[in-house]
Amino acid sequence: MDHFAVKVFVRLRPSVLDPAGEATKSASIKLGAEGIKSLRIGKFIEVKIEGNGENEVREKIDLLCDRLFANTVIEDYEYSLEKL
Amino acid sequence: MDNFTVGVVVFPGSNCDRDVSWALEGCLDIRTKYLWHESSDLSDVDAIVLPGGFSYGDYLRCGAIARFSPLINALDEFVKSGKRVLGICNGFQILTESGFLPGALVANKNLNFICDDVELDIVSSKGGWFNNGDEKQTIKLPIAHGEGRYHCDSDTLKKLVDNELIALRYKNNPNGSSFDIAGITNEKGNVLGLMPHPERACDETIGGTDGLFTLKSLILK
Repeated sequence: MDHFAVKVFVRLRPSVLDPAGEATKSASIKLGAEGIKSLRIGKFIEVKIEGNGENEVREKIDLLCDRLFANTVIEDYEYSLEKL
Repeated sequence: MDNFTVGVVVFPGSNCDRDVSWALEGCLDIRTKYLWHESSDLSDVDAIVLPGGFSYGDYLRCGAIARFSPLINALDEFVKSGKRVLGICNGFQILTESGFLPGALVANKNLNFICDDVELDIVSSKGGWFNNGDEKQTIKLPIAHGEGRYHCDSDTLKKLVDNELIALRYKNNPNGSSFDIAGITNEKGNVLGLMPHPERACDETIGGTDGLFTLKSLILK
């Protein structure tokens, strides 16, 4: 069995308004940070997983991302995979 | 209809299950049965309500974890058989997450948790969920949600409009929902999801009875 560490990023699709991101942007400006053009909040999910090779693990992660981690009506996802 | 029984689903974190049961039993004399989310036997019930609340603590996304419960897995067959399913608030979120209804519900535009009475236009009476006898009818129902902003892409919205699947629209959109949408049905009309709470408007002493019609329509065939 091969072991992998997977880092999944889930983001709201660009077309979906992110009010939490807007509020954080507003606070960032109040803090004195200049030049912020856009600020959007997503999710970061770390998974440790085992499987027979990278392809099998990618299949599992694709399923997890598509069916559970992200709602593809409103979110996009991407992930990176590191063999341990 | 003596034996007609409405199943009220209870998830960990549901908090409107007893309100729904009270409204059905106490105000409408309709028998109810609580269904624990781990049950997949729906043979005893003739219609189902997915009540409001915070199933599984709203972890990940509202309704995202509830979708994988044995009961929701069994719901597919129930819906296909034409039996009626009503999803209120968190129940609506579960119905969109599980694909029974299109679109998704996301954080309110102003980030507030909104607890208020809202005026709603009945747009379509598909499935007979609303009394739409008059040319244009408005009802008043309470809302209580932080993530009730209905979102869908333009193709889905067109499909909703063309097929008369939009049941309710806010008169004064409180949360930024696309097209002021407060509730939609599936194409067959036997599944309704809405953010407002009809079970909290079933008695004059608590502010109105505009929710009675929708709950009563659960017993329609």
